[in-house]
Amino acid sequence: MSHSVAAPVAGAPALPTIPLRELAPWALFFGLLGTLVIFFVSADQGAVSIPAGTAIHEWVHDGRHLLGYPCH
Amino acid sequence: MNARAFLVRGLLAGLLAGLAAFFVGYQVGEPHVEAAIALEDAGAADSHSHGEEPEAHSPAADEAGDEEVFKVSRDTQRTWGLLTGSLTIGLAWGGLLALVAAGTLGRIGRFLPGQSTAVISLIGFVSVALVPFLKYPATPPTIGSGDTIGHRTALYFSFLLLSVVVAVLATYAACRLRERIGTYGGVIAGIAAYLLVVVVAALVFAPVNELGDFPADTLWSFRLSSMLTLATMWGVLGVVLTGLVSRLYARETAVAQRRELAASL
Repeated sequence: MSHSVAAPVAGAPALPTIPLRELAPWALFFGLLGTLVIFFVSADQGAVSIPAGTAIHEWVHDGRHLLGYPCH
Repeated sequence: MNARAFLVRGLLAGLLAGLAAFFVGYQVGEPHVEAAIALEDAGAADSHSHGEEPEAHSPAADEAGDEEVFKVSRDTQRTWGLLTGSLTIGLAWGGLLALVAAGTLGRIGRFLPGQSTAVISLIGFVSVALVPFLKYPATPPTIGSGDTIGHRTALYFSFLLLSVVVAVLATYAACRLRERIGTYGGVIAGIAAYLLVVVVAALVFAPVNELGDFPADTLWSFRLSSMLTLATMWGVLGVVLTGLVSRLYARETAVAQRRELAASL
């Protein structure tokens, strides 16, 4: 499904692009999912807690420290 | 080349990047995490009880007070916990990076798919990992009070968000300027604009310093190992995704050429 744009330089081969219409649902869905995953690993149960408690914080504790996210 | 092909490759790259980050974090970083926790336990013995044994490092649990406390042993935090964190963060950034690479394909100057993916990976590492680290560097356990974690988290993610947004705008500006003043000037203008904004923001954003009298050698070793872990994650992410995208493009180009040849016969 890759579309080619007209080559801006004469003689150069056309470069593939992906239409934004096709990309949008993937970007939106995985964008939300990815942000959620990053939130749970990096920030949850520190500043905000969903769900309440410390289970996630405790479990990913070392990853949070070593990957540079604020922790304590 | 389509969104699905990119996302699948991004997730695969993220998986490998997460594994690599786990190995580096475990081998290089964990000794310093342990050293920091040992310091905390030594200091905590006289002031306040901080878990019974070094086997459970859970400052968050301390604050939970009488509530039900979820304990994870140090052995689990160091192994399965670190693996979980590295893999999920690797997968998430891998997928996001791949979709950004898909969106910028053929849109950020005359780059082949592999080349634009490599450029996007580099921009991703600098804006997501390196620049936020330089302003708010990682701290080992012991440093950082539970009372300020809300404040510190808000500052860190505000700075991260600013860095990413400015990187996107600067890349867009560089691509537009490139058409008018050439690649050399456009790229330099874009990088300069990004640096100017993040440097000013770094001066404006509130500092975080809760180091106290924490030993400098342990702190330095921890931060170095944390940067190595992050660099490993983004390095593997960029290298693997670039390789996979290049291969996909080569294969599709070969198929198209064969089809053209067949049509001309």
